[in-house]
Amino acid sequence: MTRIDDNPSGAGSAVTVRGLVKHYGETRALDGVDLDVREGTVMGVLGPNGAGKTTLVRILSTLITPDTGSATVAGYDVLRQPRQLRRVIGLTGQYASVDEKLPGWENLYMIGRLLDLPRKTARARADELLERFSLTEAAKRPTSTYSGGMRRRLDLAASMIGRPQVLFLDEPTTGLDPRTRNEVWAEVTSMVGEGVTVLLTTQYMEEAEQLASELTVVDRGKVIAGGAIDDLKAKVGGRTLRVRPADPLRLRALAAHLDGLGITGLASTVVDTETGSCLVPILSDDQLTAVVGAVTALGVTIGSITTELPSLDEVFLSLTGHRASAPQDTVPAETREEVAV
Amino acid sequence: MSAATVTPPGTADARIPLRGHLRHTGALIRRNLLWIRQDPESMFDALLMPIVFTLLFVYVFGGSIGQALGGGQDGYVQYVIPGMIAMMSMTLSQGVGTGFSQDFNSGVMDRFRSLPIGRGSVLFAKISVELTRMLFATAVLMIVAVLVGFHITSWTGLLGAVALSTVFASSIMWVFLTLGVVLKSAQSVQAMGFLVLFPLQFGSSIFAPTQSMPGWLQHFTDYNPLSTLADAARGLMVGGPVAHDLWITLGWSVAITAVMAPIAIHKFRTKS
Repeated sequence: MTRIDDNPSGAGSAVTVRGLVKHYGETRALDGVDLDVREGTVMGVLGPNGAGKTTLVRILSTLITPDTGSATVAGYDVLRQPRQLRRVIGLTGQYASVDEKLPGWENLYMIGRLLDLPRKTARARADELLERFSLTEAAKRPTSTYSGGMRRRLDLAASMIGRPQVLFLDEPTTGLDPRTRNEVWAEVTSMVGEGVTVLLTTQYMEEAEQLASELTVVDRGKVIAGGAIDDLKAKVGGRTLRVRPADPLRLRALAAHLDGLGITGLASTVVDTETGSCLVPILSDDQLTAVVGAVTALGVTIGSITTELPSLDEVFLSLTGHRASAPQDTVPAETREEVAV
Repeated sequence: MSAATVTPPGTADARIPLRGHLRHTGALIRRNLLWIRQDPESMFDALLMPIVFTLLFVYVFGGSIGQALGGGQDGYVQYVIPGMIAMMSMTLSQGVGTGFSQDFNSGVMDRFRSLPIGRGSVLFAKISVELTRMLFATAVLMIVAVLVGFHITSWTGLLGAVALSTVFASSIMWVFLTLGVVLKSAQSVQAMGFLVLFPLQFGSSIFAPTQSMPGWLQHFTDYNPLSTLADAARGLMVGGPVAHDLWITLGWSVAITAVMAPIAIHKFRTKS
């Protein structure tokens, strides 16, 4: 791994967090968080609302100071070297933090000047980034006329002006429709391709899987799990296969059959009466094939078959035994009942 | 090479050179000026308020107050216009508070605070732009004033009155900056500003002499900086005693700035 020589403590670690605590009155927003993000990787921080994700990002981007604990970003201490630190980070907040009254181009030019780029360079950089984020046509329009996706893209462009070493993305796709979300994901992936280290917070397992190589799961200000995303997926049960028989009357028979097979060796098959389908937890493609084979062998006509990633709620259930502490209005609640075998 | 050469990370000096501060402040002033270009309606208050208030006071109250003063409506014009300069600068200085509040709520302030700029640049740019708006409003006011019959007897006096109002308004801006940082919405800043300004403006010698007011109110108006500002402006523009009111107004400006500027800066720096 290449090391940056003038990076005082950077032993390949772009972000180092030790024992971070932050109180808001009675609430412990962060309750002793440790975290390491290796250079050039994407760390996903997964947790429900109120888990402390935003507090963590705000401390790392020097917007607030921790009560106790320490953190460095690109080797710079958040408390002792905030100015140097700000020069090497990019921040995209939960809400698009661009100036709505300014046109897109002016937003980028202003940030370029605030980052001490000479006028000519700032102009060129604004043009270049608008082009790259497909916003050239909207360059002269006030940002308030942009769609949600355009605004988020402009926000990403704004974070990239200073060619940051570390990029903080605080719930970059919350509130976006699926198509726009895919656009943002594609942009983030291409930024990572340029060697930027990313710390991304999210409420969606799907987003974490799409973008991150490593995952830290937080709840009530504490890290409750962490590691490579594949290991965690194995821990929480990987995907769920959803099989809907064409004939709803065959549902229970199908569920009982699949449960009796014991292919996956995991939690039992679940019947979702609302959608008339069976949910089978699977860990590997082999298991997936085996389950599909078993369904075929039973002679049940399949109406639809899909695989799903576990929701945040399910991840929490498997990791902690309790549901995510804050109400999850973003994740649809599913009505389920256990199959009596 | 130019001074703008980017320092490589790791060796970057934490201190921002003066040129850097000027560059940052310049970029932020440009931002505020672009707001006006995008949304010219935001200048309506600075344009219309002097017109509406001058016409209102001169033609609605001017006759009767002027009669009591012994100079009729024309006499009242000479009386009220210097006071209006004081009032205008007060009312418009609210803009720094509402503007700041909007920046905090929209997340733009987070962006600024995550950039390697001095936080003072953000304050300074806002104050400069609002002072410019205030001078624009004062110019409009003077044009209307001349149209309704105000005689400018001394240009130096006029400049002095405008300068004094600007000094006092910049001290009041710290109060509104604090409100803008502390209060949650721009609406509450405006409501709070109204509550503070309204009694100060009307409980003063801006619109009418205070002799006919009850004693307890006179005590208030005598120490109200808006009275002393209005009286000093009147003395400078149309003649009369100046020194006493001038010193009291300057004293207030220094005192308000000394107390409120550190509070505003502290609240601004530590706001999470």
